[in-house]
Amino acid sequence: MTLSREESNRAIITVLGRDQIGIIAWVSGRLSEYHVNIQDISQTIVNDFFTMIMVVDLKPATIELVELARTLEHEGDVKGLQVKVQHEDIFTFMHRI
Amino acid sequence: MTITFAREEIQQTLKMIQEENLDIRTITMGISLLDCGSEDIKRMEQKIYDKIVKNAGELVAVGEQISARYGIPIINKRVSVTPIAIAANHLNSEEMVRIAKVLDRAAKEIGVNFIGGFSALVHKGFTSGDLALIDAIPQALSETEFVCSSVNIGTTKTGINMDAVLKMGKVILKSAQLTAEQDGIAAAKLVVFCNAPEDNPFMAGAFHGVGEPECVINVGVSGPGVVANVVKKYPEADFGELSNLIKQTAFKITRMGELIGRAASKVLDVPFGIVDLSLAPTPAIGDSVAEILENMGLERCGTHGTTAALAMLNDAVKKGGAMASSHVGGLSGAFIPVSEDAGMVKAVEVGALSLDKLEAMTCVCSVGLDMIALPGDVSAETIAAIIADEAAIGMINKKTTAVRLIPAIGKKAGDQVEFGGLLGGAPVMAIHPFSSEMFINRGGRIPAPLISLSN
Repeated sequence: MTLSREESNRAIITVLGRDQIGIIAWVSGRLSEYHVNIQDISQTIVNDFFTMIMVVDLKPATIELVELARTLEHEGDVKGLQVKVQHEDIFTFMHRI
Repeated sequence: MTITFAREEIQQTLKMIQEENLDIRTITMGISLLDCGSEDIKRMEQKIYDKIVKNAGELVAVGEQISARYGIPIINKRVSVTPIAIAANHLNSEEMVRIAKVLDRAAKEIGVNFIGGFSALVHKGFTSGDLALIDAIPQALSETEFVCSSVNIGTTKTGINMDAVLKMGKVILKSAQLTAEQDGIAAAKLVVFCNAPEDNPFMAGAFHGVGEPECVINVGVSGPGVVANVVKKYPEADFGELSNLIKQTAFKITRMGELIGRAASKVLDVPFGIVDLSLAPTPAIGDSVAEILENMGLERCGTHGTTAALAMLNDAVKKGGAMASSHVGGLSGAFIPVSEDAGMVKAVEVGALSLDKLEAMTCVCSVGLDMIALPGDVSAETIAAIIADEAAIGMINKKTTAVRLIPAIGKKAGDQVEFGGLLGGAPVMAIHPFSSEMFINRGGRIPAPLISLSN
């Protein structure tokens, strides 16, 4: 038994928190440093509350998914933002048959 | 191939994990010890220790790595082994205690929080090794930290071994007495089964059955909080709609188990056994099976209607979960452990939930009378009679039933016991004051029921 699409190395980055200037600049800047390719991005602001969802590809990346998650979560924490980086399979497995 | 994700789906998954306590309850590695036998006890101890550490040495690290990769908590990493009464059948009682201590040391070395399989299967009778193991249980559990024990005393095919039932009544009492200062914690690590499954990943009843492969990964999912929130959100739904909502939710929860099981199996290079699609509560607020039943419209869990609510819940969980996994097994159903479920504890405290009602509830859900504190002056015969009742339900209904009772030494009904951690705490429950002694002391076997003649 193998993981479906095991070659996939895409992750979903979610950022939640109070809106502030430069959130996307910060995330995309960090991703570019690590050669992580952004494939899709969407963001909304409701009542000053910022939500961003990003689909990224880690194939060309110079950083492991788990390490990227740790880095962004920690840095987000300092800015008062909740950041999650999760392998896409958790979403495909839950919502797609 | 690019899959686009709906924003709502991503947010729903995050909400389930962050706010509704969705987690993987356990990754349990089953390890066969059948090749660890030796006439020399020291050699046997070494072989068992080495085999567990060799196979499961990476289990905890891999579990943490997978948890970080997918962003979902994996609460427990555990090991189950071949029932020691089979793997070490030639040993005497003192030597059995030594084996328990080896299991404990191995568990500590690899960092798992429980190791199951200090077990015997005696539904039709005892071998000498079975007797030695059962005699060793109280000392083994009171002198180890991580070892869990289980004994199967009945099956639908064979009936109930009532001599074993009485023995287990005594063993439970003695285990509690030996750990009286910790509210009888040794008894909380001991399960008495009817129709025990051989691939159950949940403690304290996990063991690696003899029909299992050399090594296997089984996964237990959780998620009562997710189901409770869905039920709460639709107060107007009729039972057909409600069942559908629970099925959809159970499907999503079980998919997480399937994902993590496959990932762990791949990284560890060990075959993936089953997903146990149980709803397993924890003492955390919002992680309660009782709360689901109350959200269905019962003022308190345990009142009239509770059995019907639980039956519907249990069935919907199975229907939704079965489709989500390639192999479902273990206990698979809703658990109703009292001390591990804040809603159950509350229901007992306000007088809504009694031992008799819990027994009725076990007819329609997974497992049985679980994590229930009894008055300290309870007799071994009364404990045995409670086990016999529960085993009878399992035997006749062709299902697993289990009993995990903790006599609270020096305490009476209404007093509080505290086990800490995932085991929680609970009020001591009242039992019937009338004796079952003569009945229990008849001995022998309750014959297999007519439904066992299915060939």
